[in-house]
Amino acid sequence: MSVSVSVPTILRPVTKGEKTVSADGATLAELIADLDSRYSGLGDRLIKNGALHRFINIYVNDEDVRFTGGLDTTVADGDQLTILPAVAGGSGA
Amino acid sequence: MSRYPSLIEAVGGTPLVGLPRLSPSGKVRVWAKLEDRNPTGSIKDRPALAMVAAAEADGRLRPGCTVIEPTSGNTGISLAMVCRVKGYRLICVMPENTSEERRLLLRAYGAQIISSPAAGGSNAAVAAAKVLAADHPDWVMLYQYGNHDNAKAHYDSTGPELLADLPTITHFVAGLGTTGTLMGVGRYLREKVPDISIVAAEPRYGELVYGLRNLDEGFVPELYDETVLSSRFSVGPEDAVRRTRELLEVEGIFAGISTGAVLHAALGLAAKAEKDGRSADIAFIVADAGWKYLSTGVYGATDDQAAASGLDGQLWA
Repeated sequence: MSVSVSVPTILRPVTKGEKTVSADGATLAELIADLDSRYSGLGDRLIKNGALHRFINIYVNDEDVRFTGGLDTTVADGDQLTILPAVAGGSGA
Repeated sequence: MSRYPSLIEAVGGTPLVGLPRLSPSGKVRVWAKLEDRNPTGSIKDRPALAMVAAAEADGRLRPGCTVIEPTSGNTGISLAMVCRVKGYRLICVMPENTSEERRLLLRAYGAQIISSPAAGGSNAAVAAAKVLAADHPDWVMLYQYGNHDNAKAHYDSTGPELLADLPTITHFVAGLGTTGTLMGVGRYLREKVPDISIVAAEPRYGELVYGLRNLDEGFVPELYDETVLSSRFSVGPEDAVRRTRELLEVEGIFAGISTGAVLHAALGLAAKAEKDGRSADIAFIVADAGWKYLSTGVYGATDDQAAASGLDGQLWA
């Protein structure tokens, strides 16, 4: 199985410039471990003290994983994973 | 009541309208709260007025004061109106990649604008405003991202209005920026409505906006408390634009583009409730109307793809 992972510019030095990479795993934690095995250091950028980095947001099919089980969030073949740094964004609401 | 002593008393009390054609069925209904009906045309009139009133009450704001605020638009426009009425000078620090209409409106209300770089989006505006405020101790920064009177405005007004108009509410959906709307309305509804879902729709911009130099420059508004939310969705410009156009075509509501992102999340929840055979009353926020975004070409474009291309590099929410 394979999940497509969108990588933000700030992490592309770790993914050798790749904007989209694929990864395997049944949970987000497994998926990040798989990525880290090929892109050394990526895990440390995403996870601090066993939890997602405060300024990193990860979405599976556009839903924030902090509300779906965090690192235990299950992922399935064909899912889209998006990694983004937390920023102020627009004025929103 | 439709008579008020002055414009600022006319903030709030906005209509909640049903979307009979976009709702999946009579059992799963979607409702739009039209915040563009506020005096300057956006939901931000509520927090702007509340933050100024609180600062006056505790003595931070005195006659003749200068107010400075980082804003990508609507809060600045609301503050500009309130400052005009109350006689304060306003300086807005805003990213240069915000729409021209917002700048023209701010100037019309008499505000000064200091531009921050497009790269970094509102992050850069927040950082620049903090530096300017530190350099000018006599200026008052209300700081919408960390000002509890921002969320309190929604706890005190937007939330109670929603519950009064829709006692059967099951879901509340709004955009996530300062997080003030979701925190304030969310806390109020959680106290009153067991099992309510509070759902955030977060605009996903182009890469430029996420262009931090390092991760420690990241930003989470001080107001944000994730325990208030049930779920949070990231909505890209294509979906936001498609829904903005659909809302206009199908229901006749001319909303700003951030509303399209919020509607996308709301219709996702509606489809799920319908599929699960549950009844639902889903209320979402129309934060502003489309006027300020006409120059993006989103409304007149021949198709959704062409419409989305008009947003490249823009802070559209």
